[in-house]
Amino acid sequence: MSTVTFRIWRGDADGGKLVDYTTEVSEGMVVLDVVHKIQAEQANDLACRWNCKAGKCGSCSAEINGVPRLMCMTRLDMIPIDKPVTIEPMRTFPSIRDLATDVSWNFRVKTKIKKFKPRAPDAPDGTWRMQQEDVDRVQEFRKCIECFLCQDVCHVLREHHKHEEFIGPRFLVYTAALEMHPLDTEDRLPELKQSQGIGFCNITKCCTKVCPENITITDNAIIPLKERVVDEFYDPLGWLWKIIRPKS
Amino acid sequence: MSFTATLPKQRPFGATSRPDAWWVQPLFVFLGFSAFIVYSTWAAFQGLDSTHCYYWYGGKGANYISPFYSPDLFGYPVHPGIFGVVPSWWPGWIPYSPAFIILWVPAGFRLTCYYYRGAYYKAFWADPINCAVGEPRKTYWGEHYLPLIIQNCHRYFLYLGLIFILILTYDAWLAMWFTDDAGIAHFGIAVGTLVLVVNVVLLAGYTFGCHALRHLIGGFLDEPSKVSACAKGYACVSCLNHRHMLWAWLSLFWVGFTDVYIRLCAMGIWHDFRFFTF
Repeated sequence: MSTVTFRIWRGDADGGKLVDYTTEVSEGMVVLDVVHKIQAEQANDLACRWNCKAGKCGSCSAEINGVPRLMCMTRLDMIPIDKPVTIEPMRTFPSIRDLATDVSWNFRVKTKIKKFKPRAPDAPDGTWRMQQEDVDRVQEFRKCIECFLCQDVCHVLREHHKHEEFIGPRFLVYTAALEMHPLDTEDRLPELKQSQGIGFCNITKCCTKVCPENITITDNAIIPLKERVVDEFYDPLGWLWKIIRPKS
Repeated sequence: MSFTATLPKQRPFGATSRPDAWWVQPLFVFLGFSAFIVYSTWAAFQGLDSTHCYYWYGGKGANYISPFYSPDLFGYPVHPGIFGVVPSWWPGWIPYSPAFIILWVPAGFRLTCYYYRGAYYKAFWADPINCAVGEPRKTYWGEHYLPLIIQNCHRYFLYLGLIFILILTYDAWLAMWFTDDAGIAHFGIAVGTLVLVVNVVLLAGYTFGCHALRHLIGGFLDEPSKVSACAKGYACVSCLNHRHMLWAWLSLFWVGFTDVYIRLCAMGIWHDFRFFTF
């Protein structure tokens, strides 16, 4: 057992401040355990969102020592505890109270992305046939738990507040999962270029670094989508090739 | 109230709750890139000297050319290029170095590379200087508008870069042949040979792991299994792409070292050691 100080942000949309709580911690504890302990012993009104405590629901996203992380997946032996540990809410979304933020903007964005539109069924019984290797690529994107840590760390949203012009890494991954799906026939590239602002991403890979599911967001989702946008809108040789060899 | 008005206030430059040394990585990237830019610019301008040729080493029958100057299209009388000496159409008021008509290709390829873009936006433009750290500017255009929308031309530099890989491979091949006093070429290996071979291997590892190539070779397909050549190509490029940053740094360092090696040999400061010749 050792005694550690946690500096937790307390406040709401009108403002707030960091408040120090000192508590005893033991081996194997995660940050969410500490928050619950402080909630039980020192600050009964401390608001935080959590659910599965197993890194699968994506609810307990916060910034621990300034880095977006899941509280339930951050063991105390992963962070320095000899100095006060800072726990803050995500900065990319409006504050509700304490560590809870309003992430509803994400769900509004999701409704604007064109839905999955499969080709006609391959078999008379209304089913399709796919090769595993064709599905492997999009399978990675299905691991997303929608914790929105990637949205939180993305400087386009976090520092520049481009929420109206840019959908953020989470929804670029979502779009990639649809756009690269072997059965999908929908064209999302015009929206990606214009209203969804893929050009705002400047490939800093912060989203990839914070993803708790280790999805290679930048290299496997965003850059391939950027290249598809280049195919469609910025590549004169590609246009020529399409004229010479149109798709059957 | 607009949505953005409900968001937490933007923080000043460098403001963060991160207690780690977040500034170290962008600082090293800044120093590394700056050192290369300064050296390569200096090396390119050394070609202005029409009386000495320090970008090519022909001592003891060797035939090494610096990658900064290859292909040597138009040289000087002291070492004519493939098409002879300084072209007549070159404007007299612009100083001429053989590197000037070469270096824009690798420079453009690296400048528009997806890895380098992310790295130099952080290190040179602080946009952002590191993840979850406050930025110096509040306005932001990204690559959505001019001028950075031009980065979308990366694949065109890739096409040229692939040609350069072939040329540098040929240079490495030439570095394996040593001419004796009778004018007969003998196969051999010297330190310079190894330097040039490692150079082309690292540059190829970097070029063949390019994100644009990954897309063009198979990533553009939704069902790559239907075109097995594309599927295999995609798998190979993805394998190299996985370590693209490592290839980028190693090849950057080694291409600079290759120029240093050949330059110092040509100046007589270093002596090329030959392991054997047949």
